[in-house]
Amino acid sequence: MNFPDDLKYTRDHEWASVQGAKVTVGITDFAQDQLGDVVYVELPDVGDVVKKGETFGVVESTKAVSDLFAPVTGKVIEVNGPLVDAPETVNEDPYEEGWMIVVEASDPKELAELLDAAAYRKFVEEEQE
Amino acid sequence: MRYHPHTPGDVRQMLDVCGVSSISELFRSIPEGLRLARPLDVPAATDEVSLLSEFQRLAARNRTEHPPFVGAGAYAHHVPPVVDQLLLRGEFFTAYTPYQPEIAQGTLQALFEWQTFVTLLTGLEISNASMYDGASATAEAVLLATRATGRGKVVVSAALHPEYRKVLATYLASTGDEIVTVPHGADGRTDLAALDAAVDDRTAAVVIGYPNFFGVIDALPEAAAIAKRGGALAISVTSEAVSLGLLQAPGALGADVAVGTLQSFGNGLNFGGPAPGFLAIREGLVRQMPGRVAGATVDRNGRRGFVLTLSTREQHIRREKATSNICTNAGLAALAATIHLSLLGKSGLAHLARLNHARGRQLRDAMKRAGFGLCFSGPTFNEAAFEVGDAAAVVERLARKGIAAGVPLSRWYPDPRMKGALLSVATELHTPELIELFAQSVRG
Amino acid sequence: MANPTGWKPSMEKGAGSGADPQDTGLMGATRGLAVEEPLVFEQGSPGRCAISLPAVPEGSDPAAEIPAALLRGEIAGMPEMAELEVVRHFTRLSQWNWGIDTGFYPLGSCTMKYNPKSSEALARLPGFAGAHPLLPGSMSQGALELIWKLERALSEIAGFPASVMSPAAGAQGELCGLMMIRAYHVARGNPRHKVLIPDTAHGTNPASAAFNGYSTVTLESGPDGRLHPETVARAMDEDVAAIMITNPNTLGIFESHIAEIAAIVHAKGGLVYGDGANFNAILGVARPGDMGFDVMQYNLHKTFATPHGGGGPGSGPVGVVDALLPFMPLPVVVKEGETYRLVTDPAERPRTIGKIREFWGNMGMFVRAWALIRELGPEGLRRVGELAVLNANYVRAELSGHYNLPYQTDTLHEVVFDDKLQKEAGVSTMDIAKRLIDHGSHPPTVYFPLVVHGAIMIEPTETESKETLDQFVAAMRAIAAEAKADPEALKAAPRKTVRARLDETRAARKPVLRWTPGMKVE
Repeated sequence: MNFPDDLKYTRDHEWASVQGAKVTVGITDFAQDQLGDVVYVELPDVGDVVKKGETFGVVESTKAVSDLFAPVTGKVIEVNGPLVDAPETVNEDPYEEGWMIVVEASDPKELAELLDAAAYRKFVEEEQE
Repeated sequence: MRYHPHTPGDVRQMLDVCGVSSISELFRSIPEGLRLARPLDVPAATDEVSLLSEFQRLAARNRTEHPPFVGAGAYAHHVPPVVDQLLLRGEFFTAYTPYQPEIAQGTLQALFEWQTFVTLLTGLEISNASMYDGASATAEAVLLATRATGRGKVVVSAALHPEYRKVLATYLASTGDEIVTVPHGADGRTDLAALDAAVDDRTAAVVIGYPNFFGVIDALPEAAAIAKRGGALAISVTSEAVSLGLLQAPGALGADVAVGTLQSFGNGLNFGGPAPGFLAIREGLVRQMPGRVAGATVDRNGRRGFVLTLSTREQHIRREKATSNICTNAGLAALAATIHLSLLGKSGLAHLARLNHARGRQLRDAMKRAGFGLCFSGPTFNEAAFEVGDAAAVVERLARKGIAAGVPLSRWYPDPRMKGALLSVATELHTPELIELFAQSVRG
Repeated sequence: MANPTGWKPSMEKGAGSGADPQDTGLMGATRGLAVEEPLVFEQGSPGRCAISLPAVPEGSDPAAEIPAALLRGEIAGMPEMAELEVVRHFTRLSQWNWGIDTGFYPLGSCTMKYNPKSSEALARLPGFAGAHPLLPGSMSQGALELIWKLERALSEIAGFPASVMSPAAGAQGELCGLMMIRAYHVARGNPRHKVLIPDTAHGTNPASAAFNGYSTVTLESGPDGRLHPETVARAMDEDVAAIMITNPNTLGIFESHIAEIAAIVHAKGGLVYGDGANFNAILGVARPGDMGFDVMQYNLHKTFATPHGGGGPGSGPVGVVDALLPFMPLPVVVKEGETYRLVTDPAERPRTIGKIREFWGNMGMFVRAWALIRELGPEGLRRVGELAVLNANYVRAELSGHYNLPYQTDTLHEVVFDDKLQKEAGVSTMDIAKRLIDHGSHPPTVYFPLVVHGAIMIEPTETESKETLDQFVAAMRAIAAEAKADPEALKAAPRKTVRARLDETRAARKPVLRWTPGMKVE
């Protein structure tokens, strides 16, 4: 399972790519594998404010539904619109084309609370047991 | 006991395999004090011969020798014998929810056909696989509207079926949503000025009967326009679905949601239940839709087949966040309607609808000749409210002759002007002779 | 982020065809002759009609009375078929289906028992089938008497002073029960905010609680599959309106601490809701009303053998204790002297929660349920519970070792295995379920309850013979052996059905929910 080293992770299985205050968010390879074929993605609108640890959207497979939890607090400045019509992208390319939103983080301190790739891998291994 | 195949030998062998010496040992996990120490106090068992005569005696205490002149949400129509004979095929009758689609293609394709019939009748894009009945479908439609709009007020016509309004009020009791009821005018239609005044930017939905409870073809296009102006959804409610073979589809008149019952197709009266409730919506509302839905797909060999789909909205997956708690619906009643609609087809439905309209006209003419005018001036389909002086007394008097005359509107409308209002219907089951006899009997 | 069911679609191309015509499975399943059948909308020919009706009277003109904008002509897209075409259509569709009448249907928690044919004849008596719900009381005494008698019998069978008859299905019964619970608390000054629900519960429980504005608190069941009093005590406070318990639970295990749990909940002013979906297990043996339950819905389509009809109609009357009587929705049927009467006016019951469906309930189901109770009598009803539990325990004993049993605790009317022993070979519960079809059985309930990953939930019911159970056991054992020897064969199942595994992902990604002209699904 692929967990790129340059990303940060949450215990709810989201990844975050940090460029300054801009944080791109998606779900991890593990998450997409657990869900199975993704059939529906519901995302917020540009301008909405998301709060760390709270839900910002929903991702569904045919038999499972999962809330998406924001890794940081801030304003949504970009949304991956094409995902809505091509939800399979989340399975095919979770870290690139399957990105979901870009958040302008309002509190950079929150970033420090995210897991690095090694810690997330360990977390996943523990959860699977 | 003919339903229990176990011989004493079977029981013995099975107990041995289970490693216990008696059946009661299998219940050892139930604490002694919680077990019932006596036989249940219900009547002694009976045989099939006695059962049949006992039930015939009971059934005979219901007077059903004449087709009822009462409608008010349940309509006596001719159900072709074909419907019941097909319905009774055990593969339909004794199946359950099609969770294993490969061996439930019959149920699934029939549901897909039901959904298509509902969209054709209502002029909307999407239908679910059925609801419990018209009243709970109405309540579910309103809840859908509150989710879709994020608003908490619903404006309901006083000419909407009173039973549906009661159920709606009960469903909304715990949600905190507000129900505002707007009056009807002298024509029996919803008072549009009052409706316009009631709809504001907090309104989630406008709910109107089509035809309404008085049998009057209500002002759906105008009501839908008012709803739309206020950013609310227009919900059209139909309990006499045969009318949709003559009247313009609710969706074509601006309704965003159409609900009600298709009991009029293929289903008997059954003292009011079961009946196939329906719920149809515009495409954009599908994520908010309650209940099951069948969809087309392919199997792994590329052949078309059907499955239950969009299930993540439902309780078994989304649990407390589901769009509704509905699980079992009215599948078999929906199948009965689907079979009847297939038999009717394009020309048959139009014929049945025109015939019902004509019977309504014959009823109004006969009542007029007998001296009874209409309570409301608006156009009607097959049902109408007549001014008969003391409606409750008329119902009582005709009951003694074995005729169900209708319902006194005073039962739900305390307004003293409603004392004389008798709501009656005529369908294809009521011959012109019977209608004439009825009108004369009302005169006494 | 987890898939609670553990289910993922598997759609390998090329598999799933070419069933061996000699293979009858261990329950006699052959391929049979099934005929491809298009939709009704794709058949027929313009001008055909399958209906015979009186002529429309001459001179009748809707346009003279109804505004033109509110009228329409014939509806484009409606089928045009002759009667035989319609008959063949639905007959063929029925042949694509599996019902209890076809064969074994061990769908756990659904109680798929035989639906007596005599009940069908009784429900079709014109006095019942043709009775209008708004007949005056003097014209509907038979219907009212039947409802009254059934209400009395159900209340006795479950141990409650009275029952609400109107709910249309089990889930509506739950909704109704929670509405009464809420009204009870409101009347005492505080609706409260929480409902406790064990992790083994049906999905309808949390959904029904949420419908009533309650937030749900999930309680973990213990390692023995039971809910423990300490767990309830920890979660219980004066903001909890009710606990919802299925007994026996969805693992088939009797909640033997129920009396103690009820006492804990009652001590803090809460009420105990019983989900009666599994009532069949204890019929005639024990009564929920004697265990501390305050409310419980009966599923007439499960316990009392009214047909499931491909997904309803059901019927979900609700038994209640004295404290809840004032809140019962209307109508109720009362007996006054020798006369039966519907109480519909809230003035007679000022604290009623109102009304939860149109008219009085699913009378068609009442007739069938009452017929079954009359035919069984007290001894027969008890025999139902006893034989249902015997059958389930027999299957459990015969399959143990072949399938993993995650809970060793005693079970009653159903048993839950999982796919742990088969997973090593890459065989999942879904594969096992589909392979069972090729042997000639409906699969058990799968991937439920959620506490068991890859659950296989088997409920045989009392109406199945030992021979049928033996065949089922043989088929399940053969599948377990096949999972080791030839896992790929399982992945290809089912091979004898009119359709191979269906692409549920495609159905959800590109929903096609109705026929439209020229429709193509490829």
